[in-house]
Amino acid sequence: MKKFLFVICFLCLTAASIFAQGSSEVEMATELRSSGKIYVVVAVLAAIFIGLAFYLFSIDNRLKKIEKQQK
Amino acid sequence: MNKSWWKILAIVLVLFSIIGGFLFHVPAKPILNESIRNIHFHVPMWFAMITMLAVSFVYSIKYLNKGNENDDLMAVESANVGIVFGILGLITGMIWANFTWGEPWSNDPKQNSSAIALLIYMAYLVLRNSMDEEQKRGKISSVYNVFAFPIMVVLLFVLPRMTDSLHPGNGGNPGFNTKDMAPELRPVFYPACLGWILVSLWITNLRFRIRKQENLNS
Repeated sequence: MKKFLFVICFLCLTAASIFAQGSSEVEMATELRSSGKIYVVVAVLAAIFIGLAFYLFSIDNRLKKIEKQQK
Repeated sequence: MNKSWWKILAIVLVLFSIIGGFLFHVPAKPILNESIRNIHFHVPMWFAMITMLAVSFVYSIKYLNKGNENDDLMAVESANVGIVFGILGLITGMIWANFTWGEPWSNDPKQNSSAIALLIYMAYLVLRNSMDEEQKRGKISSVYNVFAFPIMVVLLFVLPRMTDSLHPGNGGNPGFNTKDMAPELRPVFYPACLGWILVSLWITNLRFRIRKQENLNS
């Protein structure tokens, strides 16, 4: 019985140390994401890219007009 | 080429990579930390460059075969766009390297050889612009371009992988090797690459059509 308890305790301790390592080892921006502010950055970047995409489309359309005039 | 579905696809893919690249879960690694998300933005620049230079290579061969001037114009414009994306790749890589490898330029084999490859292609543009006569210009620059492409491939994909490099994937292709890239990055990484390749193709298409109009008017 004593041996069994010892083994259980040992397993618990090793498991705890593994979990502790897993949580404190690498610094990631979990807090930044959980506070919700990262969505603002994503929205800004998406807005910039959509704007550029529309700009490309407008250049494309202008070119199409010029190409039609040439024909 | 003038249909717009692939242009919309390009925008959707890149938008997806911006959203997924910032919000999806990434593996937690020391030194890299959150900067691993750069892989969805820095690496596609190189994919776009290589694709555009391959397009340029194909059109140069086409021009040498048939002698159609439009093929020569397409070869130049795709090389132009390829160089722009290559410069963007270098700059984004230097920013990333500054925070992970400690300095913007650490003489990593891949950094050095990508800079040499870009110089080779800039020499192509200088060579082409130094000649006035159209046929001579087209032929000489096409021959140069046909040789420049395999040199670029060797510089970027062969030589850096034969020595130790700070870049991942020595002795293999890190983008497609199952061990070199975490599986949760792939659903964003591949669409990002395809999206940016299509965007670069779009810009090349626009520049080619402008060049063609200029050619008609002159």
